[in-house]
Amino acid sequence: DTPTSGLAVSTNELMSWIRSSRPQFTNCPTMIVMVGLPARGKTYISKKLTRYLNWIGVPTQGEAYASNALKDIASYFTKEQGQVAVLDATNTTRERRGVIINFAKEKGYKVFFIESVCDDPEIIEANTMQVKLSSPDYENYDKEEALVDFLKRIDCYKMSYVPLDEEKDRHLSFIKIFNVGSRYLVNRVQDHIQSRIVYYLMNIHVTPRSIYLSRHGESELNLLGRIGGDTGLSSQGQKYAKALAEFIRGQSIKDLKVWTSHMKRTIQTAEALGVPYEQWKALNEIDAGVCEEMTYEEIQATHPEEFALRDQDKYRYRYPKGESYEDLVHRLEPVIMELERQENVLVICHQAVMRCLLAYFLDKSEDDLPYLKCPLHTVLKLTPLAYGCKVESFYLNIQAVNTHRDRPTNVNVARKPEEALQTVPEHL
Amino acid sequence: MIGGCVPWPLPRSDWLRHLSISGCVRLCFHILLIYTSRLEHQNKALGHQTRTMRGASRSKNPQDLDKRVCMTNCPTLIVTVGLPARGKTYISKKLTRYLNWIDVPTKEFNVGQYRRECVKIYKSFEFFRPDNEEGLKIRKQCALAALNDVRQFLTDEGGQVAVFDATNTTRERRETILRFAEQNGFKVFFVESVCEDPDVIAENIVQVKLGCPDYTHCNTEDAVADFMKRIKCYENSYQPLDEELDRDLSFIKIIDVGRRYLVNRVQDHIQSRIVYYLMNIHITPRSIYLCRHGESDLNIKGRIGGDSGLSARGKEFAKALGQFIQSQNIRDLKVWTSQMKRTIQTAEALGVPYEQWKALNEIDAGVCEELMYEEIQQKYPLEFALRDQDKYRYRYPKGESYEDLVQRLEPVIMELERQENVLVICHQAVMRCLLAYFLDKTAEELPYLKCALHTVLKLTPMAYGCKVESVCLNVDAVNTHRDRPSVRFTNTHPLSMSVSLVLVKQASPPVIA
Repeated sequence: DTPTSGLAVSTNELMSWIRSSRPQFTNCPTMIVMVGLPARGKTYISKKLTRYLNWIGVPTQGEAYASNALKDIASYFTKEQGQVAVLDATNTTRERRGVIINFAKEKGYKVFFIESVCDDPEIIEANTMQVKLSSPDYENYDKEEALVDFLKRIDCYKMSYVPLDEEKDRHLSFIKIFNVGSRYLVNRVQDHIQSRIVYYLMNIHVTPRSIYLSRHGESELNLLGRIGGDTGLSSQGQKYAKALAEFIRGQSIKDLKVWTSHMKRTIQTAEALGVPYEQWKALNEIDAGVCEEMTYEEIQATHPEEFALRDQDKYRYRYPKGESYEDLVHRLEPVIMELERQENVLVICHQAVMRCLLAYFLDKSEDDLPYLKCPLHTVLKLTPLAYGCKVESFYLNIQAVNTHRDRPTNVNVARKPEEALQTVPEHL
Repeated sequence: MIGGCVPWPLPRSDWLRHLSISGCVRLCFHILLIYTSRLEHQNKALGHQTRTMRGASRSKNPQDLDKRVCMTNCPTLIVTVGLPARGKTYISKKLTRYLNWIDVPTKEFNVGQYRRECVKIYKSFEFFRPDNEEGLKIRKQCALAALNDVRQFLTDEGGQVAVFDATNTTRERRETILRFAEQNGFKVFFVESVCEDPDVIAENIVQVKLGCPDYTHCNTEDAVADFMKRIKCYENSYQPLDEELDRDLSFIKIIDVGRRYLVNRVQDHIQSRIVYYLMNIHITPRSIYLCRHGESDLNIKGRIGGDSGLSARGKEFAKALGQFIQSQNIRDLKVWTSQMKRTIQTAEALGVPYEQWKALNEIDAGVCEELMYEEIQQKYPLEFALRDQDKYRYRYPKGESYEDLVQRLEPVIMELERQENVLVICHQAVMRCLLAYFLDKTAEELPYLKCALHTVLKLTPMAYGCKVESVCLNVDAVNTHRDRPSVRFTNTHPLSMSVSLVLVKQASPPVIA
């Protein structure tokens, strides 16, 4: 029973071949240039956008650069195969932007400006309180003084601030965001990646809210140590569903939306909540193809080479007739986009799916993603905060099996079965 | 086993003869019971829609709706704004087609149509003069008649989005529409097209105005002159949407055919998707070439799905495709394939770079993968029958439905809209979905669209639709098309006993062993 799809190349070769012939989002490196007065959310947008682009597989760098920023960017593009670099600075004068544009033209990079314009004093004050006052600059100030000082700092920039202009800058590619998204002006979107960036920026918001991530309750196949399938909840799983309902009620969440996959175990878990829920096929567990419903021991016995290849590159490895984590990220992108639009949401999903979603919110790399710990019967509460995400973990005290398999020490194809099964969790 | 004491399977000719009356009745009943419970399960599984934009339940009584309910579940009224020949109808029709394809029931209401029904014969631009009292009265009546039909569609006929296609150039007219929407609990989203480029306007007039019923009895020069005067009638009273004055409205202003956009107050998911779509379409002339992979080894065996390579004839097709593409002299052609061997091998023969999309992979037939239709009939007769009942929504066990396919192809369509000349080498079910999008086919028609092997379809956007040229590359191949069988359940009520047995083999394509 030959597990591979029959092509006589090594998996690594195959993977890089597939990667290179994947749809290209852009054919040359892109510089994203932030524009705006201090406390307009430029860093917030930069970091969030960088996190999103990296998650969807576009290598992006968003460090706040110093004066030799442009040189760093050139090096990132040529030496590190980066595709997008975000230049997070005020860039408030036409002259400064001119320097950047000329640099990009010389090197053959595309430029896309993101300008944040805000004249609402409340928003500016809130921003300042959230992220500026904790900066080292204001270590020895009290809050009131710091705020006053910072507002005066903004005034210094205002004198020379020349916003992007519909007419004068009509040849540039840019998006102007007004008052945290109530209005947008979009000019000359050049390609796919810029179109995706615009779509993303138009969907994010800053209204406080929380996202709850949880797996389904323990399922019957979980108990048997089998992966995939579409079984119902075990008795412990049913207990968890009830506990989850109690927990949710206890949180007193305003207008909570509940999402599940199309698989029985998530649906049964949601049913116990007694509230309306929406089903997303995109939230279905990773398809393990020929290995569906097998135990790890059986996979080792029937597909030892596949098992080893998976341990070598768990993110990109695709089960024969199944999916990879990389495929999963791709199919979860609309879910992430909708999560950004929404406010309070509870997502009841599966282990691999939850790892992908968590990696997006916590900015985890492709290497870390497939090994993130997402145990059964535990709810993760994610609350956006400043430039990141606060995570609170709630174990609902209902016993469940452990389904987490760490990367074993030996990932060589020629390894012994015991070495392959070294990290398999216990099961019936 | 179904059918009582009759051994299964039997040669087709003996099948009916050996079925006793009671066996027949038992069979029918059994089929119905399983059908009902399968349908229930499928309905439960699919019951809550997979996208948040579809309203679950809406109060039928407009007066009962309050703003809060409106925010989550209510229908949307898209209102175009702009002078004549600015592409409003083009945008309306395209947007309607897209929304229907992604399963959002949408209909467009063109006020010009209503006017043509009212005023049977168009005389001249004088009808549109701002001081023509009679004309104004009729035009207002037509607008109200259209709005009435909008209300019926959104409230009584299960519509989710209505596109109200008219100039709507005055603030007064837009106020009327906003009041109408508020009374009925509809959200409003304006789509304004602003364009001052005389070349674009002239091209629009040539493409769509001259051929319209108003000008059938006119020569080109006269028609153009009259139409330009018509535009002038609107210009003086035109009040474009304003950043300040209209800051509380939800709208997108499209400037110079997409060079620039102003987007204000996007309220919800559907508006966000509409904005994304409108920002990705363009009108640069181009062609999209759709074809399937060359004939595969599994095709010859009459087996569905799988991941086999090309047969000898399939390889011939790939070469012929290469020659055909070269002869077409296409500028900057992009070539896309799926990640399955047969499309990749086909593209390889072209000798040009190509991109692989997993989203273009053939529909996953789940437990039926690599089976012949005869085998599916033997092993899963009920599934086979259910599929013929509703081929669009039916999902193979552990597989996909056409409905799922459309959802996964949406990013492909979005990127096709952005691109210019593209050749897509894909698969039968996938090609049907893409074709249905371009040719505005319904969910019922989609799964039965004819997409033969070794035939290239060249789609060229034209006026409000798409010109299709079918090029058969003269390399023989098996036929893989299976029509909808003519004999099916005669009454779909679950408790009905009047079921005619399904002779599903009748419509299957011939098979080379």
